[in-house]
Amino acid sequence: MVCRSHILICNGTGCVASKSPEIMAKLNEHLAANGIEKEVKIVKTGCFGLCEKGPIMVIYPEGATYCHVSPDDVEEIVNEHLVKGRIVKRLLLGDKDAEDVAKSLENVGFFARQQRVALRNCSVINPENIDEYIARDGYAALAKAVTEMTPQQVIDEIKKSGLRGRGGAGFPTGLKWQFAAQEVNDQKYVCCNADEGDPGAFMDRSVLEGDPHTVLEAMAIAGYAIGSNQGYIYVRAEYPIAVQRLKIAIDQAREYGLLGKNIFGTNFSFDVDIRLGAGAFVCGEETALMTSIEGKRGEPRTRPPFPAVKGLWEKPTILNNVETYANIPMILLKGAEWFASIGTEKSKGTKVFAVGGNINNTGLVEIPMGTTLREVIYDIGGGIPKGKAFKAAQTGGPSGGCIPAQHLDTPIDYDNLIALGSMMGSGGLIVMDEDNCMVDIAKFFLEFTVDESCGKCPPCRIGTKRMHEILERITEGKGEEGDIEKLETLAESIKQGALCGLGQTAPNPVLSTLRYFRDEYEAHVKEKRCPAGVCKAMLNFSIIPEKCKGCSLCAKKCPVGAISGEIKKPYVIDTAKCIKCGVCMDSCKFAAIEKK
Amino acid sequence: MKSIEELKAIKERALKEISIRENENKVRIVVGMATCGIAAGAKGVMSAFIEELNKRNIQDVTVSMTGCIGICRHEPIAEVYEANGEKTTYIKLDAEKARRIVAEHIVNQQPVIEFTIGAAEK
Repeated sequence: MVCRSHILICNGTGCVASKSPEIMAKLNEHLAANGIEKEVKIVKTGCFGLCEKGPIMVIYPEGATYCHVSPDDVEEIVNEHLVKGRIVKRLLLGDKDAEDVAKSLENVGFFARQQRVALRNCSVINPENIDEYIARDGYAALAKAVTEMTPQQVIDEIKKSGLRGRGGAGFPTGLKWQFAAQEVNDQKYVCCNADEGDPGAFMDRSVLEGDPHTVLEAMAIAGYAIGSNQGYIYVRAEYPIAVQRLKIAIDQAREYGLLGKNIFGTNFSFDVDIRLGAGAFVCGEETALMTSIEGKRGEPRTRPPFPAVKGLWEKPTILNNVETYANIPMILLKGAEWFASIGTEKSKGTKVFAVGGNINNTGLVEIPMGTTLREVIYDIGGGIPKGKAFKAAQTGGPSGGCIPAQHLDTPIDYDNLIALGSMMGSGGLIVMDEDNCMVDIAKFFLEFTVDESCGKCPPCRIGTKRMHEILERITEGKGEEGDIEKLETLAESIKQGALCGLGQTAPNPVLSTLRYFRDEYEAHVKEKRCPAGVCKAMLNFSIIPEKCKGCSLCAKKCPVGAISGEIKKPYVIDTAKCIKCGVCMDSCKFAAIEKK
Repeated sequence: MKSIEELKAIKERALKEISIRENENKVRIVVGMATCGIAAGAKGVMSAFIEELNKRNIQDVTVSMTGCIGICRHEPIAEVYEANGEKTTYIKLDAEKARRIVAEHIVNQQPVIEFTIGAAEK
């Protein structure tokens, strides 16, 4: 049955959390009440990217995009749009009065500047229906590879495309495949790193939730290229929706014979299994990940030997990130030249970023390499809330660093970010404004690595702990002369001495904030002052008597009863009782409270 | 999956299903589905359009609804919008007339003059 209308509704984790399943249930209910349930098809999709405006719903054939849809809006949408054909303008995203609703998004910068390669199917197809993936040329790249190309031709095509690993380090993917293909062994493995662990990053989750088949197809292509018949996807158990959709996808692909024996009637056989990670950050490191797949405690080991030589169960193995795989089918279908035409000289293609922090359009964006940070934050991201000033953007998670305002116009690519003392990382991009304390940010990331250090090597286990202790001292106003230098010495030693990538990069957040915001560290240590007004130990709240009208609002709001006074006379804060929560400052209507 | 032909067959079948989501340069048939239209039998007209297009495997035409067009005495009404924005208004339709419009106007590009509002208002 062909339906006259399709309702696409986002079922990414973000929109599920803001009630998209409830909206779908209500849709079913109201469609049935109007007797049109057979004419209208409800399609659940992956992430549209604009999580800030979720849940997002698109109704075809009109192409009307509704945002912030709540279960209470469903009745109106069904009665107006689906029964009477009238667009519900108040819910439209973008230009609410556009003549043609399909064009209401034309002036929405968030979408206009993006180029979707890895996310091409997210939000367009139903991830739980293999047919919709096939309709959008799914598995055509695998068919082409196994029936028309030799394994070496596949590797050459990937090499020529210039694709580099999207997990963070940026190693050339084709080269990695070449190393594994060269090894002579009766068993090789293809692994997928879906152990996305950086705070604030959700690119891989969104690909797995929105387009799981693309990862399976690319892994099969990789298997053909290096001579492997078995793949493993290592995904964290904290991604239940992604895991569920992967399972469905694997079952469907097996049923169609796109995974299994003699794919497309050739001698090539390949299958994929899922391995769940318990959520340890270190398991995103390649050797630890493989150790964990083997069923042992996820701890890293020294390299070489590299996984391409001795990986999973000591067999030659390639490990690529989810987003890297999502690019592979498109490279084979559209050609290496097409892919290499996007991006900068040394960084080809696009990159997906999960944009969060102090930014208006929190969400998932895919941009060509070479786009500037300014475009991402202001044109796509919609700028910083409440008109505050941009201070820095954090990329690369706990292994990366900060990019300050003076480098806003640097084109984003692997090498430029390294030169700025940060890194591409997997794609988390956290925006910070004038109210963020950089010492506090560095402490946050260090705390994360202290928690997540596996403890195998002393530089990481003890070194990061010591660094964190110094940072804690500094933010508590107990910093001593020489602390900053001690941080630097420790950082260098850890970088040189740690066993794996986690430890070697753990000091980066400190080093990069020191590089651009040393004055903030010095203010904390020498003047016992937090310029951004974040570190509570160094703050004191007080009431400016000239501005206070004596309305008593702050006294009523104060949770510890630290404010007292007489009506219509200036109030006072008892600093001994004050817990510095800031409630008084937020509630004062006359801006009579200051923190110093 | 033993051959590329099998994959292509699935692709064709699935494309038909999701082609509704590509709304560029398409011919649109818009059926008036306000109270007046529904009372006059617009629902059957719309179903006939959908079924006939489906039967003939036509994917680049969408069927949608609109409210009262304002000439209730002529209901059921349907408007055919060409990709270039040109519009033909058909009136007093029934399922049989809808099927003829698909055959003559959509397939053969010959508007069915006798069903148009222009022919009736002369």
